[in-house]
Amino acid sequence: MNQILTISASPHLHTRQTVASCMWHVVIALLPALAASLYFFGVGAAIVVVTAVAGCAAFEYAINRWMLHRPSTLLNGSAILTGLLLAFNLPSNLPVWIVLIGCLVAIGIGKMAFGGLGCNIWNPALVGRVFLLISFPVQMTSWPLPIVNRWVYADATTGATTLGLLKMGGDTSTIDLWQSATGAMGGSLGEVSAIALIIGVVYLLVMRVISWHIPVAVVGSVAIFTLCIGGNIGLELLSGGLLLGAFFMATDYVTSPMSHKGMLLYGVMIGVITVIIRRWGAYPEGMSFAILLANSFVPLINRYVKPRKFGERRVGK
Amino acid sequence: MRTFHIGGVHPPENKITASARIIDVELPREVTLTYGQHIGAPAKCELNKGDHVDRGDIIAVASGFVSANVHTPISGTVVKIDKIKAPNGMPCDAVTIAATDDDHEKDLAAIADRKPLRTEPEIASLDAKKIIEIIDHTGIVGLGGATFPTKVKLSPPPGMKADIVIINAVECEPYLTNDHALMLECPDEILEGVRLLMRAAGVDRATIGVEANKKNAIELLRSRISSLGIEGISVMELEVKYPQGGEKQLIQALTGKEVPSGALPIATGAIVQNVATAYAVYDAVRFGQPLIDRVVTITGPSVERPGNYRAAIGISIEKLIEMAGGVPSDTGKIVLGGPMMGKSIVNIDAPTTKGVSGILMLPENMSERGKTEPCIRCAKCVSACPMGLEPYLLATLSRLGEWEEVEKEKVMNCMECGCCSFTCPSSRPILDFIRLGKQTVGAAIRARQSQKK
Repeated sequence: MNQILTISASPHLHTRQTVASCMWHVVIALLPALAASLYFFGVGAAIVVVTAVAGCAAFEYAINRWMLHRPSTLLNGSAILTGLLLAFNLPSNLPVWIVLIGCLVAIGIGKMAFGGLGCNIWNPALVGRVFLLISFPVQMTSWPLPIVNRWVYADATTGATTLGLLKMGGDTSTIDLWQSATGAMGGSLGEVSAIALIIGVVYLLVMRVISWHIPVAVVGSVAIFTLCIGGNIGLELLSGGLLLGAFFMATDYVTSPMSHKGMLLYGVMIGVITVIIRRWGAYPEGMSFAILLANSFVPLINRYVKPRKFGERRVGK
Repeated sequence: MRTFHIGGVHPPENKITASARIIDVELPREVTLTYGQHIGAPAKCELNKGDHVDRGDIIAVASGFVSANVHTPISGTVVKIDKIKAPNGMPCDAVTIAATDDDHEKDLAAIADRKPLRTEPEIASLDAKKIIEIIDHTGIVGLGGATFPTKVKLSPPPGMKADIVIINAVECEPYLTNDHALMLECPDEILEGVRLLMRAAGVDRATIGVEANKKNAIELLRSRISSLGIEGISVMELEVKYPQGGEKQLIQALTGKEVPSGALPIATGAIVQNVATAYAVYDAVRFGQPLIDRVVTITGPSVERPGNYRAAIGISIEKLIEMAGGVPSDTGKIVLGGPMMGKSIVNIDAPTTKGVSGILMLPENMSERGKTEPCIRCAKCVSACPMGLEPYLLATLSRLGEWEEVEKEKVMNCMECGCCSFTCPSSRPILDFIRLGKQTVGAAIRARQSQKK
């Protein structure tokens, strides 16, 4: 026996999942939607995505290095994921300088100001997106038409989105649900293709990166609430950022609740607020606001919605 | 398929030795027996240096209700009564017995020519009290790893009554196969042991819970039950999920009843005994053999001859490892028990004890923990906790020393199964902090209780 033995308390086995693997799995899950956005919005989508990812990575590196004096956390993939999600929430003709401001707000204010990964209260990508929406309402709500703008960036021809039409009381009878599902419509560059987003979320569920509770609660509550107020369920679910938000933004680990019951409550909250904003609010789309509002309630939810403890309800039958 | 309902994880099974037959390890010439081989008060040794003892003699006597006798597996002379270094490196009291050639020959002859102590009719006439007496005398403790004295479990506190015996043959720890091997080789003995336990507990039904990765054992036990015409014993297949073999989880999986928070398992009417314990009970009643040997799985990814070895309790761990080809050169950690709840050790000169179900040698690359990263609140520990606790919260509160909050969050319900630390993508020392919380809160509760008295 010449070896020096390691002593540690049990367990002596560990899952292969790491923070980095979780983040990279989400990035992989976003690839189908990325491919769809490149197909529909071409060069504009490419420019916005590359700018957002590079911008978020650069800001995180810079803040870690020169302000917090901490080792770089780039390799865990979370800044890159934030960049990707931010880009997915932007129109494909957004000028580069506006995208960069979004990156700075998302990473700087949304994440690093709170202490970095794991400490933030609000979804960083949405903090960036909502900041841009309020600061640059015109640029943030001009929606390039799909396919025809593949080779055009700044001068893209734009049109109304489904939600815009719904809000203005426009004619939605010509909208083809199949087109909405594949993504051939105007909108933020990553949110349009429902099919690609569904492929991504199935991957996350199969790889056990997320649980089903939040996506099902959001989508289910939107469907039921829409039914109650006599809306068009298909259009509500397939348009705007609903699926992107329900699958990839609301499920952000850091800013969602810890218990399954809490996750369901949080998901229903997001669904209900979204429909309320869409129907009665000033904006045609309310997903971002709904998620940020629900994020704010997460500490309270964690405090009061606890998992059922073993042996506390059913005392031997 | 039946399973427990809250939490759980799926660590890789790694049952390398699943089809390995039990190999009998030659009786050692020297054994060292510690006095505290069970949960409860350590036994008291009243021997003196130079005393001669025979195989099966008591060398240390139980010192209270929750305590157990310790017997010697070899005849010989007491050569040392002193402190030894326990496997974890801490000092503990022990007695060392060495055999002369004569002693050794005599023991080998006795083993080769083992005769039942009691005949079938004699066994059939034993009443519950007598069976418990035999179990008490022969020093039988729970062999699943927790080593709770078996007679204590069979004597429910006043006002409580058992209605079912549950046999824990789940073996949900990765790597371990000692119970599996025992079921394949000694099904009749186990079933006889189960019937004795049923009689001792005064119940007419028993359920043997086995994880679905041991299909051959399930089939064998079922076919033996039907061909022997045994009534009242059933075998239930359970989903492969850790910690299926946790006492409370097993009761819930098999009976649907949850042990109330803070209560004893007997509150549900169930008495849970390990399958190897049932075998030991058979040995004790039929042959009068005290608990002096057991099956130990010696395993690990690079162990030369991993297998299930039946060895005398008190043999040095190093000798036992030599049977399996010695400590592999890449070993970075040696664990007594399974990888989820076993204890890592430093001193392999130390002897085995009743609770050692496995010796697991992990290579260096599996020995060290991953780098601790910030908690990303992924909630995986909450989903994994089979007791429905919030491990991240307990760990944080313990780190901050918020002991009242830790107690309110039911830290004492934690059974230290390790699911939380296992599943944490940030490799945080969750369970380590929870243990700290448990110790502190447990001490505070005991202090309050003694004040009341």
